Amino acid sequence: MTSPQRARRRPTRRQLAPYLLLAPGCLWLTLFFVLPNIQMFLMSLSEGSVKQGFELTWAWSNYTEAIARFQRQFGNSLLFGGLATLTCFLVGYPLAYGIAFRGGRFKNLLLFLVIAPFFTSFLLRTISWKIILGERGPFLSLIHGLGIVPDNFSILGTPLAVVAGLTYEFLPFMVLPLYVALEKIDRRLVEAAQDLYAGPWRPGGAVLGALSGAALALISMSVLGYLPLDRAADVASGLVTVALIGGALGALVGWFLISQSFIRVIWPLSLPGVFAGSILCFIPAIGDYVNVELLGNPKTQMIGNVIQNRFLSQNDYPTAAALSFMLMAGILVALFFYARFLGTDELTAAARV
Amino acid sequence: MSAQVAATDPGRRANRSWGAHIARLVDRWAVPVFTVLAIGYLVLPIAVMILFSFNDPPGKFNFVWGELSLDAWLNPLGRLGLASALGTSLMVAFSATIVATVLGTMIALGLERYRFRLRGATETFILIPLATPEIVMGASLLTLFVGTAQEPFQTLTGGLFFPLGTQTILIAHILFCISFVVVTVRARVAGFPRHLEEAAMDLGANEWVTFWKVTFPLIFPGIMAAALLAFSLSIDDFIVTNFTAGTSNTFPIWVWASIRNNLPPQVHVIGTIIFTTAVALVAVSTFRSLWIERKAARYRAEP
Repeated sequence: MTSPQRARRRPTRRQLAPYLLLAPGCLWLTLFFVLPNIQMFLMSLSEGSVKQGFELTWAWSNYTEAIARFQRQFGNSLLFGGLATLTCFLVGYPLAYGIAFRGGRFKNLLLFLVIAPFFTSFLLRTISWKIILGERGPFLSLIHGLGIVPDNFSILGTPLAVVAGLTYEFLPFMVLPLYVALEKIDRRLVEAAQDLYAGPWRPGGAVLGALSGAALALISMSVLGYLPLDRAADVASGLVTVALIGGALGALVGWFLISQSFIRVIWPLSLPGVFAGSILCFIPAIGDYVNVELLGNPKTQMIGNVIQNRFLSQNDYPTAAALSFMLMAGILVALFFYARFLGTDELTAAARV
Repeated sequence: MSAQVAATDPGRRANRSWGAHIARLVDRWAVPVFTVLAIGYLVLPIAVMILFSFNDPPGKFNFVWGELSLDAWLNPLGRLGLASALGTSLMVAFSATIVATVLGTMIALGLERYRFRLRGATETFILIPLATPEIVMGASLLTLFVGTAQEPFQTLTGGLFFPLGTQTILIAHILFCISFVVVTVRARVAGFPRHLEEAAMDLGANEWVTFWKVTFPLIFPGIMAAALLAFSLSIDDFIVTNFTAGTSNTFPIWVWASIRNNLPPQVHVIGTIIFTTAVALVAVSTFRSLWIERKAARYRAEP
């Protein structure tokens, strides 16, 4: 082989190499991810049954009927998913902060413990919650023993249990991107802020904490259905009590823990992690159905339960396909805007831990 | 205002320093204590799972503590269908891990080392499955597989996709593992010392030899981490499997089916075994890379 020939062949091989490397995997993704979603879209516009076969009739009515019929489940999905994301954030942010800023030599161990739940089936973890929260479980015995709740109070089979289960399941997805974002922050910036007289942020922190605590308590109580909506007097006193408790707790946290260097430096720099964590929690949470099945009741059904039931028990493929396609389309749109404005770096940051 | 009061009133001053004391205590301890509590919350269900594998439940359901017993541990597979379900799970997990790791590593290398058209588009394309809820993935695969039941597709595909079975579970597991492998391997390939490859090429190695003698050993820990992740994703998966399994059973499917009638402690035993094995593997690979790093550091220090 003469050298000019080689010089001509080399670049073509180098140009081809990436395509050859990508081809098999991308082919797999096309065949079993893109194609199924197209098929599902077509199915969602079809009519028929499993026995007689399905025919594509462009039946857009599948969509309108599905929305009208399963409004409540859609609502539940958004509410529970949103609330679980919020609680994940409230628990996950201090946790990620603690690991990133106070972890010291235990940092890797703590991170490992955060991802430890991934090494057990989430089915078994949810069963564990059923044991812990159950009628004769340790948690209820404890709070019944303390006498702070009425005798017939239970957690299983309520929206609270579903949100708690979702929160637990998706907490690591919140913590990891938050940790990556917080860990990246240059500590010298915080020191610089302190040198420039950034101190405690007492009145501001307390007011902010009180307001957000009260708002949060009100939102969660009304979403979880603990406010009796039939008697106006009860509602008013219930609202006031809940808001006061939430506000007091929030004010304490704000008074003691929110400093100026946090609100001016750390918080703005950690925002990309907050967005990434929220989207990584919210998306799988709205599609979940196992938590409802094990911890909830028929009234707390989410859209995932309907999809599962229609596909696997009732063989009502067109409706189920319409429902899951709506889920997919909503998520694609959300992701598109997310990637457009914030980039995809943060979403995959967790893998770098 | 409070400063003026404090200066004139000794009682208030003592009070204020007491307040400052509390503030300092809270400042020092609140975050660490919260961190420990939150970690406890995350591992509590795992502890309960392990504890209840030693339970002799009073009824058919292992939801309530009866008394301490080793029965389930001595007879971990002693339930109808459990052994074969676990066998299927292991087989699917091994095969899916191998295929997904190979395909994913190839994609990761292609994306990380070459500049080419469509690179950005491919990146996004790989990420979308990561963000897709499992239920959508399972449902769409089911629609596709059921669609091939109609002629002429049934003949064209040779009945590969319908009826559903182990092969469709495997296809689905490879699918959702690939993207995770790509992301994990890329994270490790990103900081790769390219000059080592150039040195090998300068010393006369061709691309193939350079890859196997230099590149591959260096990215191997990343590939192992990805494989481990793929394996644990596959063996624990329930939702996608539930849609693509048909009548075949994996361990999570078997558990799901048994929840309605009974829940034997054997389930917790197998869960515990899977968990400890995964943790042990992660620990071994972590210590191995730490050990190599330390050796390399010592070598650099005294050549």
